[in-house]
Formats: sequence, C-alpha cells, structure tokens
Amino acid sequence: MAMTEVSRRFAQHEELITGTEAVAQALRLADVDVMAGYPIRPYDSVMSSVAKMIANGQMDADFIVAESEHSQFEIVKHASATGARVFVGSSGVGWMYAMEAIVVTAALRLPVVALVGNRALDDPGAFGVEHNDALMVRDSGWLLYWVAEGQEALDATLLAYRVAEDARVSLPCALSMDGAFLTHSQHLVLVPEKDLVEAFLPPYDLKKRRFHPDNPISIAPQYNEDWVMETRKQSDAAMRRARGVIAEAYAELKRLTGRGDPDPFVETYRVEDADYVLIGMGTVAMPIKVAVDQLREEGKRVGFLRIKWFRPFPDEELRRLLHGRKGVGVVDRDYSYGSTRHGGAVYNEVRSALYDLEDRPPVIGFIAGLGGREVSVDDVFQIEAKLEQAAAGDLGAESAHWIGVRGPVE
Amino acid sequence: MASGSVDITYRGVFQKILAGNIVKTLVKASRHSGKIGGTISRYSDSPERNGIPAKQFAVIAESQDELHVEMAKYEPDNIRLIAALDDTLAKGHESWAWYGIRPIHLGLREGGALLVVSEHERAKLLEFIPRLPFEWRLAILPGEKSFSGLWVYHDDGTEFRVLGAIARLIPEVVGLEELEKEVGKGPKAEQHLDWLRQGYREVQVGTVPAGVGAPNTYEPVKLPEWTEMAEAIIVPAAPRGGRQEAFKKFTTRSERPVIDFDVCTQCKQCFVECPDSVFELTPEGYYNPEYEACCGCGICAEVCPVDDCIVMVDELAFADNRDLYEEWKADRAAYRQFFQGLLERERVTARSSRRKVSA
Ligand code: SF4
Ligand code: SF4
Repeated sequence: MAMTEVSRRFAQHEELITGTEAVAQALRLADVDVMAGYPIRPYDSVMSSVAKMIANGQMDADFIVAESEHSQFEIVKHASATGARVFVGSSGVGWMYAMEAIVVTAALRLPVVALVGNRALDDPGAFGVEHNDALMVRDSGWLLYWVAEGQEALDATLLAYRVAEDARVSLPCALSMDGAFLTHSQHLVLVPEKDLVEAFLPPYDLKKRRFHPDNPISIAPQYNEDWVMETRKQSDAAMRRARGVIAEAYAELKRLTGRGDPDPFVETYRVEDADYVLIGMGTVAMPIKVAVDQLREEGKRVGFLRIKWFRPFPDEELRRLLHGRKGVGVVDRDYSYGSTRHGGAVYNEVRSALYDLEDRPPVIGFIAGLGGREVSVDDVFQIEAKLEQAAAGDLGAESAHWIGVRGPVE
Repeated sequence: MASGSVDITYRGVFQKILAGNIVKTLVKASRHSGKIGGTISRYSDSPERNGIPAKQFAVIAESQDELHVEMAKYEPDNIRLIAALDDTLAKGHESWAWYGIRPIHLGLREGGALLVVSEHERAKLLEFIPRLPFEWRLAILPGEKSFSGLWVYHDDGTEFRVLGAIARLIPEVVGLEELEKEVGKGPKAEQHLDWLRQGYREVQVGTVPAGVGAPNTYEPVKLPEWTEMAEAIIVPAAPRGGRQEAFKKFTTRSERPVIDFDVCTQCKQCFVECPDSVFELTPEGYYNPEYEACCGCGICAEVCPVDDCIVMVDELAFADNRDLYEEWKADRAAYRQFFQGLLERERVTARSSRRKVSA
C-alpha cells in the first residue's frame, strides 16, 4: 500500500506503532462502545493498548475482561445486539475455544469486529503465525480480511466497521494479523483525525433489530426444519451483497485518506505483464515483493497478488487477473491435511475459482512459513523456480510443495 | 547516509522499556533524514522472563525493499551495531532451550560495533567476549547498568546516553543531529539532550583486531529433520533427581550468590526459598548452589538470616561455574581470603547492610 498521498481535507500524523496499536487507534477513532478481552498472545497487545487509552482519557468505552474466550465473544455478541459498536479478538486455540459463540454471532448477523492475531493451533504450544485459526470460520458467515502492514491494520479496521454494520450486509468481520511481524513490530502509520472517520463511518444503527425494551423482540428462538434453510439463504444473500458494499466503502476510504490499492479485494504487485504470479495472504507479501523486484531485474516476468478479502472470496478478480498466465503459485501459511493435492486452504480456493477459465493457468501449491517460520527472499526464489518447473511439467504438480521444512519434502 | 539495523540486547523485563524506548527513538530520529524504518521485538522472548536475555531491533532503511527484507524476520541480518545494556551479557546469552549459549556479538559484521554499558575496562570485557576472524569495534559507555521493573521506568539518563553513543558509532545510519531533533521534541528535552550529548562524548571506542578475545567455542545448533524428531510432540524431560540439560539458566544472572560456609548455620532457608531448586545438600549438611542452574535472583541472599553469609557478586568476577563448596572444603584458609577479597574488591550486594560496594 502506498502511504504517500494524503487527502488535503483531513490532517493525519505519522506514528511508529505496532499493528495492534494501529488497530487500537482505529477503535478510538471509531468510538467503539464495548470491548471484551481475554489475554492470549499475540492478539492481547491490543488489549493493553486500548486499556491505556481508556486510562489516559483518550477513549471512552466499556472494557470488559472476561473469564474465558467464550464469554468474551458472548459479551460482545449481546452488546452488539443492543446497538453498541463492539470489538473483540483472540488467537489460535483461544479463538477455537470461543467457537460456539463465534458461529452464533454470524448466524445472528451481528456486526462484531474481531481481531485474530494469527497463531499456530496447539499443540505444540507455539505462538508463531499460521492462518488455520481464522480459516476455521471460513464457512460460517464471517467476513474475513488479511492485513499485511501497520497502515493497513488501521485502515482495514475502519473499513471493517463500515462494511459489517451496513444494513445490506450485517455480518461480523474478522481481521487477521500475522503474529510477530505485525503484532510485535512497529511500523510507520499515518493516523487520521476523528473528522475523517466521522465522514467515513456512519453511526451503528440496527433499527428494527435493536434489542431494547422500546423495541420488544426475541432473538434466536428454536427453529425446526421448515425455517432453517431460509435463514441460511438470507446469510448467503448478505454475503453476496458484501462485495458491492466493500467496493463502495473502499472507494470512499481511499478518497478520504488518499491511499489504497486500485482493487478493493486484492493487492496486485507487478502483475500486469507477469508470466508467473505468486499468491499469498498477510505479511508474506514483504519477502515476496522484494523477490519479485529482484527477479524482474533478472528479466523474469513475475508478479504478486495478495488476497485481502478471503470472505467474500475474490473469484472475479482472480479470473480477470490470472487467465492465460504461464503459472500461478499459491503460498499457503496454513495446512489442510488430506485435502485435494494435499494443498492449503487458499490453494484449493484459488484453483477452484480458476476452473471455469478456458485458458486457466496451472496452479501449484506451496506450504510455507508454518508456525511462524520466516519466509525469506531466498525461499521465494525457490518457490518461483519450482513454479516454473511445475508449470512446464518438469516437476510434480499433483502435490503441494513444502518450503523451508527440515527434511525430505517430495 | 546508510541503512542498517541496531540490535539492543538486554535483560528481559528489567530493561524492556529502556530497550523499547531506544529502538523507537532511533527509527523516529532517522525520519529526520528522510529514511524509513520499523522496530522488531524478538517474538520468542515474549512474554519476557526476569533477566533472561532478550532483544529488540531498530531497522533503518532507505527503500521499501530494504525495509521489507528485514521486517519479515525475527532478527534482522544487516546489524551495524549491537548494544548490550548489561555488561554481564558479555559472557553470552542463552534465551531458550536447545540453542546453547550464543556470543554477545553473534551477527556482527566486519567493522561493526559492540557497545557495552559498563564500569569495567576493555581488557576485562575481552576476557569474556570471544574472538572474531575480523576486526571489529568495542565501545564502552561508562556507567552502571540501569534496571527498572515492568511497571516503573528509571529516567536515569541511560536511554539518552546510549543513543548518543550510538550516534557516535554509526553516524551514517543515525547521526547526532537527527537524534537531537527527535529528543528535543520530547518532554524534559533539556535534560535529555544533555544526556544524549554526554553519551556521545563519553563513549570510549577502540578496535579489536581479528583473533583477540576469549576462545570462541560457539557452534550453531543443528536442529533435527522432521523424520528424525520424535513423533507426536514429545521431548525428553529432566531425569528424575537430575537437571534439564537442554536449558541451563545461568546467563540470566548479573550477580551470583557466594556463600561464606564458615558462618552458615545450615538453617536451610536458602534451599527452601530458591525458586529454581539450585541448592544441593552436601554430605556435611550444607547447601551448595549448582551455579549452572542459578538465575541470580538474589532471593537466597535476602532470606539468609546470617549477616554477610550469602552475598551477591558481580558475575564478571567469575570465569566459570566452578564448585565453591569443594574449594572451601579443600582449603578453608584460602577460601576465607577469597571471600574477604570479594567483599573488598568486587561489586557486592549483601543482605546485612543492603549496601552496594564498588571496586
Ligand atoms: S540467586 Fe539464590 S535463590 Fe536465586 S536462583 Fe540462584 S541460588 Fe536460587
Ligand atoms: S540460608 Fe544462609 S545460613 Fe541458612 S543454610 Fe542457607 S546459607 Fe546457610
């Protein structure tokens, strides 16, 4: 994301802050009413940032420390139903422990915004980034966004509230941020003033769905089989509408902040004339972009496409941007044991999205950076070389390639 | 103008805020000359544990690509300077199990600088710092190590003196002028600027030729392949009655407890209260610390009811973890002389007077 051009109307000042502090700044600007917390690394650094702002009088919100992750998500679900703008989050198995509350939040169409500080699922008790935690809800009706840089952490949080709370959508949104590289590193971030956010983000208004004595409703009754499928279809329709709402909101955010990518759903880096395109989510963008620049200097036409929104999945963009390429390599920071071609979740989605293309490119899967393992520029060179070989039929395309694991890989 | 990273190696928890402030100010200062940057708090140190060596980094770059390469790492590779905020880190640091003790200047390149906050002389530090195959710079910022806790912070000047010293050592990465601009913006600017300039003036810099220093015994650890690891997430535990070999704790300490066995009453308090079960019962009924396992927390010295019986002594007074009880048993007169010598010559904190004696 370019961070140079700044909208003339609105002042923004630069700060050196972590990705989680950038989220906290967005929460202050969005004037969040209720936040529930239960500590787990790496998400929890947002808790201390918000607590500090409340203590310093910079922010006015109810901060409720729950006794477990499950309660934490229940608290904000209920608060959201009463018309409060809420924030919550977790990491790894903490997110899993809250799962029952997480899925009902989506079913009830409550626009909770959550941060997932991506962390490997236990065991072992590791805390490096893997995307399996957030991906566990990919089928449940949560909007899912993957952040790559500190600036984007702030901007995407504002975007999340606007999209999630839009009456045409009304779905919860989870922002994924890689543990360590975003949560424990400080980035240069332009922080806008409140007037920009007020212009961008309308007040949260549930209208007839607001749970309030003046508006007597009962939420979440028991349904029998005559009713369930229709509610599922309502959620499906909302998720379909989200595409248009995201595009609209993103254009507005870009206009106000003076920064952003051409496309709301994906970031493209030197893709235009690329023969080979690498795909990834999150901070893996950093080494991949550097590798792309260096490969370009050697005359190789390589580009990078970063998936920002995983739900709704950018089908149209992928088809438009990837048809006719010589090869597409998907770098998954996740695993899906026993899946098609033993590939990761992103690989299988991308491959499926491209199936209808006449001139579909070969799609090769790579598993890298699990448990927070660094993905280096050299790793990306290796990925690109294997992609070329596999696309030419010189290397097995049947099975995802593991990069950076110690020991035999084929 | 140049880019590069600065590694701040410090004592976990006690120096966390100090290290964090230093890396943040370095990056913000570099903005005054149009550079970009970020900071990295080494993820595997979190949550920090008392005294256990930890690192934070300032990454300063001239292009997005330069920045992106380093920010995707746990420890950046383009280290221009390492600053050790506690001179006992000169003995090396073991931050986690399996990796062994790493030399303080690991990752330093030819011509790079190691800055140590210390009251000791260069020769003393080089007794502990391993030799390198190339020339490098050793800089000493005279002063006491600054320790605060997690919730309090001593604004005792160390932060700004270290920044000043850094500007002197790597002006091409971040210079005094940029730092003055940045520090001058903050609260208590006058005092902080004084400290900054003092550090710049007072730091003592010298080159260390290739091959000078302590023997370099460091071997990078070789981690097993997935086919060699035990299946299903199992690692060996400490043997019954034994100690965990994969992680010794002694690089955590800045001071070690030394016992005057002549006055010890065998009351057992030290044995009971030591959080790391460091004391072994001797056949004669004394409690003998196994120094490889001692983190130097000082609790034993606090609880020992006998004056000047357990004293905490500067870690740099010792070359190894030898068994002092055996020495006492072998030659009590010699041990008495040794113990008196410690009280007179070394930096000692003792329960009796809560005093601090500097040589
Ligand atoms: S200083 Fe004393 S109490 Fe603390 S670990 Fe060492 S022997 Fe135990
Ligand atoms: S606490 Fe002091 S007096 Fe008691 S056994 Fe330990 S060293 Fe001896």
